[in-house]
Amino acid sequence: MKTKAKNMKRRKFVQKMLLSLTALSMPVVLTAKEKLKQLQKWILGKDYNPFDHYWGMGIDINKCIGCGRCAAACKEENDVPQAPFFFRTWVERYRIFHDGEVRVDSPNGAVDGFEKQNIEKGKVTIRSFFVPKICNHCDNPPCVQVCPVGATFKTPDGVILVDKDYCIGCRYCVQACPYGARFINPISKTADKCTFCYHRVVQGLVPACVEMCPTQARVFGEIKKKASPLVRFMRHHKIGVLKPALNTEPKVYYANLDMEVN
Amino acid sequence: MEEIIQHLTPLLKEISGYIYPNEIELHWSLLVVIYPYLTGLVAGAFILASLVKVFNVEALRPVYRIALLTALAFMLVAPLSLLAHLGHPDRSFEIFLTPNVTSAMAMFGFVYLWYLMAVLFLEIWFDYRRDFIKWGQEGKGLKKWFYKFLSLFSKDVSPKALAFDDKAERVITILGIPSAFLLHGYVGFIFGSVKANPFWSSVLMPIVFLFSAIVSGIALVLLIYMIITPFRYKQIDEKCLDTLASFLFYAMIIDFSLEILDFIHRIYESEESIHILSQLVAGKLFFSLIIVQLIIGMIIPLATIAAVKAFNTPAELKRLLYFLSALLVQVGIFFTRWNVVIGGQLFSKSFRGLTAYKMTFLGIEGLLMSIGMLVLPFLILYVLFKLLPPWKDAPPAAEIPAEAT
Amino acid sequence: MKLPWRNFPEQIRRLIVVWSFLIILPFFIRSLLIPADFGKYGHFRASAVEEAIAKEMKYAGHAICYDCHDEEVESKMVGVHKNVNCEVCHGPAAAHVEDDEIKPRAPRERDSCPLCHEYLSSRPTGFPQIISDSHEPMKACISCHDPHNPRGKEMAKECGGCHAEIASTKSLSKHVNIPCEKCHETPELHKLQPRLHLPGKPSKREFCGGCHDVEADSDIAIPRVELATHEEAYVCWQCHYPHLPEAE
Repeated sequence: MKTKAKNMKRRKFVQKMLLSLTALSMPVVLTAKEKLKQLQKWILGKDYNPFDHYWGMGIDINKCIGCGRCAAACKEENDVPQAPFFFRTWVERYRIFHDGEVRVDSPNGAVDGFEKQNIEKGKVTIRSFFVPKICNHCDNPPCVQVCPVGATFKTPDGVILVDKDYCIGCRYCVQACPYGARFINPISKTADKCTFCYHRVVQGLVPACVEMCPTQARVFGEIKKKASPLVRFMRHHKIGVLKPALNTEPKVYYANLDMEVN
Repeated sequence: MEEIIQHLTPLLKEISGYIYPNEIELHWSLLVVIYPYLTGLVAGAFILASLVKVFNVEALRPVYRIALLTALAFMLVAPLSLLAHLGHPDRSFEIFLTPNVTSAMAMFGFVYLWYLMAVLFLEIWFDYRRDFIKWGQEGKGLKKWFYKFLSLFSKDVSPKALAFDDKAERVITILGIPSAFLLHGYVGFIFGSVKANPFWSSVLMPIVFLFSAIVSGIALVLLIYMIITPFRYKQIDEKCLDTLASFLFYAMIIDFSLEILDFIHRIYESEESIHILSQLVAGKLFFSLIIVQLIIGMIIPLATIAAVKAFNTPAELKRLLYFLSALLVQVGIFFTRWNVVIGGQLFSKSFRGLTAYKMTFLGIEGLLMSIGMLVLPFLILYVLFKLLPPWKDAPPAAEIPAEAT
Repeated sequence: MKLPWRNFPEQIRRLIVVWSFLIILPFFIRSLLIPADFGKYGHFRASAVEEAIAKEMKYAGHAICYDCHDEEVESKMVGVHKNVNCEVCHGPAAAHVEDDEIKPRAPRERDSCPLCHEYLSSRPTGFPQIISDSHEPMKACISCHDPHNPRGKEMAKECGGCHAEIASTKSLSKHVNIPCEKCHETPELHKLQPRLHLPGKPSKREFCGGCHDVEADSDIAIPRVELATHEEAYVCWQCHYPHLPEAE
């Protein structure tokens, strides 16, 4: 009897401890939610509230002529090192032959465009096209998931950014990105990637690669608004995304995507 | 900047097929191979020690303290290799400031601290407390105060207190086993949870890491025991050695089965990545994976130990074979880590091509640094053996007068 | 609640003291070191976003060019280059917007235009392409074409001017000497507004049969089929690519 009473007492104590611990942490959770509601306003630049936008990009493969002006403009606009190992965006050329062989290349990321390449005699091309690649600004970004310190993050308008003054350079995000969209900037020694030209977007402009595309193969716009260039693009085309099986939920949408692209 | 361009430019020629243009730089190099290798040794050595305390395998008592100190020495060096490979080691403390709860790597700090502070330090402290007090009483000058400080100026050596030490140690070890599993399992998880990389992404990864860790830990303690005992002009305890070899054998059987399971599973499921992975294993990884990891590091030592156990082997030959097997196991496990870390980065995530890894000799990511990282734990271990002699040659309990009671 | 401090074993009491110190101290240090604006809008430094947008722009965007350069814009807006933004050819011009003295580049050499217009088999069909080695090799592009409004008529004397891929395919085929118009009825306006006035395509088996049927009155060397019985479920071009027919 006595031991039972003691046990009860102990149990009560444990219960109380647990309750008080939860009670202690609850206010933090609650106020955080309240705060988030109040913070649905965040003025950046002149008059830009990231809570009012949600950005994405459309790429029409049928329109891409492989001039590589996007890749060149990106390096210029964002001070990406010119060496051929660092790209925020690049263009790939696919050539699919009758015998089933698939050749992909992207010389210097297409910064200097593409050159004609002779094919061996007897080889017959059945399909050939260019595919611009860029950070997919995934809605379910594996890079943000794995960053140990919170140096890469998703802004309220859906853009994935890197805090280069906070990144520790562990390179886990580079490993986690299935699209090869990240690299380590050789100057800052931190992770680097496409920002959707965030500094342009907050000023009402489009990213440099979109501005520079001579054939409108790239479209930039709102995803969640009823009417936007991107919504129109998505209404007019059948859309595919890269590596959908990984459930990264990319926000770069491809029209006329080929099965060989990955 | 210039340096990295000079390093990467010749690699352009080594590429076969198509890789994404950002993939030329191999991001996790030799230092990241060392890290899981060292933590594996820690976890393995600790689990070996726990066999004594929790499962009462009395035959292993001679190596109990050796195993604990080995775990500690390697544990102290393990984070150095991670730290050295960071682009900004000066910012590494951020991992404690603002850990991202969804990041397996952010958990590193906490798992590591928990394991070091709550498991290893405490276990060693409780085990050595009596000796600290004794050495503090016997020692002179600085040494006296050093041991007194280590014992936290504790004085109680009553049988009750000693019994408490023993009980505490037992509790910590019981806590320590899941912690050791956590320590190395999480390292496996860091790789196993990268869905972008089909070579890593496997639910078996943490458990394969764990068992290879146990294998490497036991083999290391066996090696250390066999090397230092003759230096102390002592006889190697045959029973202890046999038991060590047996446990090594069992752990290897499990490790081997898991690796083969993983292998068969991949081939049978034959997913999108199977073509590039078979190209990788049949080509760039053939030597390090099939020859070194599988044949030299696994099958040969397994067969050797099995043969020693099956036939009546003379003691001298037995010792030699155990020693050689343990050595081969070390090489094998090191290359297991190599194949996971480096191998997993040698193919493009476009699944269309292979890249190359060029090791440098000097520099932070170089070979010299890595050799240093592998030698350093042994230096620390030497100091630890000097400061905290792990041998209990004479029963110490009788030496201390039971003054406190 | 009063802790039964004295009842704890001596070693535990000592450990508790050391441990509480070791736990509280890092927490204290941590609170000093966390950046002030970390976690304000999520698990990141809010000021990192401010730093990201502080970046200087190099490309000004086409809208601002249109404010001053009326003449060029006027001619550009009616031509096929109306959606090719100024900085594609003229390079980053944000500096020029700030300071009129800084002039953006104006490419006049032959090497600029082929970036887009050199023939590549991977380029989409219909995109105007040339093979620059044989296309007036000694002249600068702008000596014939106004880059702000390259006129369709000047550009497309031959169908191959735009349909270079087809033209090059056809040049290897048995059909090389058949003029495009024989199969594709082409309205004159197609050259000016290609998408609005599409050329026609043969839609009947009998069209090909005009040469390839066993009964047909044509050159003896032309391969023949029994049109009435040969794969009658299909129209000819569904199996044979007319620009490069590949029958065995």
